Amino acid sequence: MQKSRSDRLFYGFVYLLTVLAVVVTLYPFLYVISVSFSSVDAIDKQKVALWPVGFTLSGYKMVLQYRELWVSFYNTLWYTVIGTLLNIVATCLAAFPLSRQQFFLRRKLNFFIAFTMYFSGGLIPVYMLITSLGLYNTRWVMVLPVLVITFNVMICRSAFEGIPNEIFESASIDGANELTMLYRLAVPIIKPTLAVLTLYYAVFHWNNFFSALLYLGKQDMQPLQMFLRRVLIMASPEVMQKMGGTMTTGALAVSTLQVRYVSIVVSILPIVTIYPFIQRYFVKGITLGAVKG
Amino acid sequence: MKSRMSTLLSLIKRDKYLLLMFSPIFLYYVIFMYVPMPGMLLAFRNFMPGQGMFSGEWVGLRWFDQFVNSIYFWRLLRNTFLLAFLPLLFGFSIPILFAVCIVEIKNQAFKRFAQTVTYLPHFISTVVVAGMIINFLSPTDGIVNTLIAKLGMEKVNFMMDAGWFRTIFTSSDIWQSFGFSSIIYIAAIMGIDPEMYDSGKIDGVNKFQELWHLTLPSIKPTIVILLLLSLGGIMSVGFEKVYLLYNGATYETADVLSTYVYRMGIEGQNYGFATAVGLFNSIITFVLVFAANTMTRRLTKMSLW
Repeated sequence: MQKSRSDRLFYGFVYLLTVLAVVVTLYPFLYVISVSFSSVDAIDKQKVALWPVGFTLSGYKMVLQYRELWVSFYNTLWYTVIGTLLNIVATCLAAFPLSRQQFFLRRKLNFFIAFTMYFSGGLIPVYMLITSLGLYNTRWVMVLPVLVITFNVMICRSAFEGIPNEIFESASIDGANELTMLYRLAVPIIKPTLAVLTLYYAVFHWNNFFSALLYLGKQDMQPLQMFLRRVLIMASPEVMQKMGGTMTTGALAVSTLQVRYVSIVVSILPIVTIYPFIQRYFVKGITLGAVKG
Repeated sequence: MKSRMSTLLSLIKRDKYLLLMFSPIFLYYVIFMYVPMPGMLLAFRNFMPGQGMFSGEWVGLRWFDQFVNSIYFWRLLRNTFLLAFLPLLFGFSIPILFAVCIVEIKNQAFKRFAQTVTYLPHFISTVVVAGMIINFLSPTDGIVNTLIAKLGMEKVNFMMDAGWFRTIFTSSDIWQSFGFSSIIYIAAIMGIDPEMYDSGKIDGVNKFQELWHLTLPSIKPTIVILLLLSLGGIMSVGFEKVYLLYNGATYETADVLSTYVYRMGIEGQNYGFATAVGLFNSIITFVLVFAANTMTRRLTKMSLW
């Protein structure tokens, strides 16, 4: 009798804490979304607490007709698609040789890449290298210096190592070379891992702000994150005015809050829509590589 | 000698496709990772803008001397340590606790919902997170100050107050990461042999005892490894979030080594000095990672290398 009471208490705690965690993570997003759909008047009187008050799309109309948003959106898309594509190809090309037991340079090359995880030239030498390579203010600066992330190569390598060697041996008897094995056998087998890595790389590119801050001075090449920084952090009056168009100053002051929240919603929408589809691979993909590292 | 050459040649011939595959990667690592490494020597040179990465007269430890004796030294060291250590101190146990909860939840739909929601902040960009913080805490139209005013209290200008920076940084860090960090513990708990729980039930342990005597001891290796790993990363406070959240008014508690390197080096073009500060940071990080790895190996017989 006593046991079941303490167990009930336990489950009470479990559900309480989980509900708390959900509320704490979800509420800020819900609030941002609600403000983005609320009328200027309701925002002005600070009536929005949970749901939109005086539903309107005017905030979206204002933000979505702003050219700079689309330019930066396009740039981010470019960096994300091209960057992720190159990342995945390069990660497979790096990880497969490192996973082949018989490869005579395997240990040396493993060390060669792992070393860079613990030792690097540092910000200034890298910055000087990239400028002297002529990559400053080019699109490739967002893609080439991050061709692979070493930790992800390690995850991919352990996934390849998990494939029984007999499969490769029989393929080799059938006359397949290592390139064919990688492309026809190994890659299809580790698809779940590659799905997770694709997500990681894509999210990295989508959110990459640091490289742009350092290497992209030209505004028409800058990604969404740099645009968001001007809107959200610096609250650049110039941007706000351009977006607000011909509105009166009183209304403008309020709608800037909406402009900011609409921008947040627009920028996180793609990730929020894609990620539930890949989420189911998380636990599998991550535990595969993480601790074994 | 000749036979060694010929074995090497035959190995190259045998593994030609693997070598071919790896060659672009090799080139990438050489150019972007290894070429900048000797650039570190800038820390010991008097670099003149317009010259190459390996030019300038040698000045020995001048930049280090200047940095260690500057009034910013202790402030930067303290801030870097604290902004790395506080999230660890207050945030480390939360993912473990959350993982325990998630595993125990029987309602599958709610479980998936809770997981999906709590993983999400991990995928949101630092710019957006910083933007949400700044706007929520705004003294004019932020929701937090609106609430404070409704409760009849004095509004607070959070972002301009150095006293608030650590709290804001730490709590938002926990908010962003606890869900995603819990994945690895969830996997560890799922990997526990179910027979242990069955025999526990026969012995009549309740759920609290089960958690304390079975679950936590079973995932102890995972906990230890992750703790030590994060100890190793203690000096590498993310540049981005500090950079986006701080301002002149909060440098006192917010300025860290990486942001200082950026201001001195990229903005101030003070390459030699900034490289020295960066190198100083790397050395401490390296020592910490090394120490953490040695400790992990001793305690759990597992290690990173």
